[in-house]
Amino acid sequence: MRGGSFSLRPRDPFFTASRRYVERTAVLETDFTTDSGSVRLLDLMPIDDGARALRPMREVLRAVEGMVGTVEIEVRFDLQPDYARRRLRPRQRGRLGWTYAWGNEVLVVRSDIALRLEGDALVGTVTLDAGERRYLSLAYTKGDPAVLPPLGAHAEERIVDTIHWWREWAGRCRYSGPYREQVVRSVVTLKLLTYALSGAIVAAPTTSLPEAIGKGRNWDYRYCWLRDAGLTTQALLALGYRDEALSFLGWMLHATRLSWPELQVMYDVFGRTRLDESELVHLAGYGSSRPVRIGNDAYRQRQLDIYGEVVSAAHAALAGNGRLDTESARMLAGLGDVVCRQWRESDASIWEVRGPLRHYTFSKVMCWAALDGLLKLHRDGALVLPPAKVEAFGRERAAIAQTIERRGFNAALGSYASVLDGDKVDASLLLMACIGYKEADDPRMRATYDRIHQRLGRNGLLYRYERFDGIDGVEGAFGICGFWAIDNLAKRGELDAAERRFRQMLAHANDLGLYAEEIDVASGAALGNFPQAFTHVGLINAAVAIERARA
Amino acid sequence: MNLAYPVLWGLLATVAMTAVLQASQGFGWSRLSLPLLVGTFLTGRRDRAVVWGYLLYVIGGWLFAFLYFLLFDSIGIRTWWLGALAGLVHGLFLLVCALPLLPFVHPRMASEYHGVTARRQLEPPGFMAMNYGYGTPLMTLLAQTVYGAVLGAFAQLAG
Repeated sequence: MRGGSFSLRPRDPFFTASRRYVERTAVLETDFTTDSGSVRLLDLMPIDDGARALRPMREVLRAVEGMVGTVEIEVRFDLQPDYARRRLRPRQRGRLGWTYAWGNEVLVVRSDIALRLEGDALVGTVTLDAGERRYLSLAYTKGDPAVLPPLGAHAEERIVDTIHWWREWAGRCRYSGPYREQVVRSVVTLKLLTYALSGAIVAAPTTSLPEAIGKGRNWDYRYCWLRDAGLTTQALLALGYRDEALSFLGWMLHATRLSWPELQVMYDVFGRTRLDESELVHLAGYGSSRPVRIGNDAYRQRQLDIYGEVVSAAHAALAGNGRLDTESARMLAGLGDVVCRQWRESDASIWEVRGPLRHYTFSKVMCWAALDGLLKLHRDGALVLPPAKVEAFGRERAAIAQTIERRGFNAALGSYASVLDGDKVDASLLLMACIGYKEADDPRMRATYDRIHQRLGRNGLLYRYERFDGIDGVEGAFGICGFWAIDNLAKRGELDAAERRFRQMLAHANDLGLYAEEIDVASGAALGNFPQAFTHVGLINAAVAIERARA
Repeated sequence: MNLAYPVLWGLLATVAMTAVLQASQGFGWSRLSLPLLVGTFLTGRRDRAVVWGYLLYVIGGWLFAFLYFLLFDSIGIRTWWLGALAGLVHGLFLLVCALPLLPFVHPRMASEYHGVTARRQLEPPGFMAMNYGYGTPLMTLLAQTVYGAVLGAFAQLAG
């Protein structure tokens, strides 16, 4: 069984399509060309202050305009709510449009294209001459009487207001280096992945887009991973989006109160902690990649690196600029206590490898980063630690560093290793330079960089690790690991190499400048959920690193 | 009877009725929000409409309490079941007469005849307010019955 769809395209099957975002916005523009003419389609989610005006809770607005000649367009709206487990028939509501109602939720479909019922789907056709414009609105409301968005001039106003809003927002981007267009696209994408009501940023808006076509590597990424926190905050701050960074930090400190002082790997956008995984066996899956999963059992995993991520996020957001409230300061200090108690234990680490827990070097590094960040926050006056805690955190930080240098570095391998006393590498070790544990030009870091490229590099891309994780199918190269390598090069001052590599990574984006989590090494195709926040965070941080190294 | 009593009981009955209606929204049984419908008579700003709506709704609940007490006095019966019965009839009137009339008097409500305009965008309730969910008639009747029963019960206790 397949999911729902909302398609608009020329009836002539031999059309060509090209698309782009309206510059510095999240408004998508698609041109369809046929033998008889061309039309332009705008897709957007109108932005306005729903509290100050009477607006639908959510709306998707589509406007199609004839550009040249005459083109016959067909529309098909096939709603399959609740993952196609619920069957709904729309109700004709005269001039109000069509409604689908279930529970206390309602979806209103309005259009100045005549729609009719075909099976359970709404379909319609219209012939557009040059200059003619039609609108389709899909509005969702939960719990209240629906608000029915007008079409015509009013829809046009919403389009203009939304483009203006995005341009004003994108205009606040402080980055002025090369590749500004790609950096802006990345931060606009991060904004799109942000839940407006809480500030939480989801890893990706999709579930079960496969990491290996036709295999079982299909996961639900519609959650917020604390793993992403530090680097995401760093990226937002570097571009001048302090409000967004503080909202994200505030959400994290709020959400984690349920599990404090221990942290859970991930939460949903509301901060809920139970994210049980289940399989939707009735769905065919993308490219027959089954199962389609909802929920993610990774939430049960133990990852010690996330303590460092949360503290790093707080340090980045507050460094030299502000003081934490008493409750937040107490919470962060509590995380330090957990790190002191647990850093000697094993975990699943950043890559969430399913199976036995191990002593991952990267997790130890992030435990070091947690204590280092707390001591820096104390030094900067953002929080006040009692002297005994300062002494304990300092002592444990030194012990962690000693362990990493003694057991995390494998002299025979000539590199830091993925696990303590191990002989394999993984790409997370590149972050040791990005987060400030080690200078990028330190001999050990240089050697690690080289070994990682020797063992994990293919066609200018990097796999994340060299170990088989027991799941069927071979995954692609990890986009963000390539950007970490660029960050290392920039911090070493090797700017030409960094830029060359950066341009190479840009070539792997899709036609809209977006990335999935992974890239197929052979074909360059995007793999996994899409678009992926972490990859775009990597792009931003790598561009900023190049820009700062040039300055 | 002390005049302050109907004021107090009217408030408590309104609170009970509001609790039932809010619960029906929260549990997904209905999308009817009387405060929003009332408040948008005055303003197109959702934040203000909800506040004004609640205020007017509570005042309305108080005023209706006096009518209920007038009813109890006029027939000399002060019992919870008479209050409940009055509430049920009140609810029926609301569903069958008052709410379906709204599109013709509400300045911000669309209708299936006139369509949607820049000013008129609110979804109309339809017959028995079922546009806001098929559970709406039942929940509205329940809420109004609770309102009347609370007033009747207080009158019974005071009597």
